[in-house]
Amino acid sequence: MSNHNSHGHDAQHEAHGGSMKSYVIGFLFSIILTIIPLVVVMNDMLGKTATTVLILIMAILQFAVQLIFFMHIRDEEKPRFNLMALIFGLVILLTIVAGSIWIMTYNAVG
Amino acid sequence: MAHAVSNPAGAHGGHGNGHHEEHHDQESMKMFGFWLFLITDVILFGTLFATFVVLRLNTDGGPTGAELLEMNGIIISTFILLTSSFTSGIAVLEMNKGNKRGLILWLAITALLGASFIFLEVNEFIHLVHEGANIGTSAYWSAFFVLVGTHGLHVSVGLVWMIALMLQLSRRGITPVTKRKVGIISLYWHFLDVVWIFVFTIVYLMGVM
Repeated sequence: MSNHNSHGHDAQHEAHGGSMKSYVIGFLFSIILTIIPLVVVMNDMLGKTATTVLILIMAILQFAVQLIFFMHIRDEEKPRFNLMALIFGLVILLTIVAGSIWIMTYNAVG
Repeated sequence: MAHAVSNPAGAHGGHGNGHHEEHHDQESMKMFGFWLFLITDVILFGTLFATFVVLRLNTDGGPTGAELLEMNGIIISTFILLTSSFTSGIAVLEMNKGNKRGLILWLAITALLGASFIFLEVNEFIHLVHEGANIGTSAYWSAFFVLVGTHGLHVSVGLVWMIALMLQLSRRGITPVTKRKVGIISLYWHFLDVVWIFVFTIVYLMGVM
């Protein structure tokens, strides 16, 4: 494979794709989004349904934080193939998970 | 640019050198290929999560998760993995500055945190087996060990890969190829952190609720 060492230090490539600030913000968010569900669950602060909904929302927000601040999904230029592939993957994911739960909860034989 | 999802700067950055652009296009295609692998991995974990959720009550009269899972160790593991996701990002920043030593140092810190995570997980599994919950105990524990174990296996593979990459970096320095490799592993590491967040939420938090 061709290997161009001379280009390794090109400073002009770093116009986007994350700064210290975005990583620190992302890290702080991810810590807060971990502590909130932890405190709520360990202290039994809410009812079962409310807790479930809350901690799932926190997990999804955490996912968004990692995606935006760490993986820089917003910096992608058009055409946004990475984003399209991700959305496609999430549709399949939701189909598998929600479909399995639905079938096994309401359509169990016997 | 740091990761697969940010576009290859070379392709759009207005460099005069045609060969240079071509090279960057190739590297960015490899990044995209890895991104597609991650998407398939999302689906793999999706099936394991679906299995776990469906079987979460099938403990066959044996021990339940709420009885055996120790939250203290899991909370520590979670913060270790969160921090390692952050430090792998710092490694990329150091790389973008052209600081090879800083890059290797932060990758080493990331690997060390990853190793601590695996150490805690292995200890947890040993503890569970001693308490009478192994992979064959009940449908619940089968689903538990397969889901959590698959994530642990991913982290372990990432560790070996990261160590190999550090060796390569120390020999070759920061080149477009090693840059792409660091970008890919940091993407992989962030991904594993995301998966863990869902393991933590669905298996552990909901398990002890």
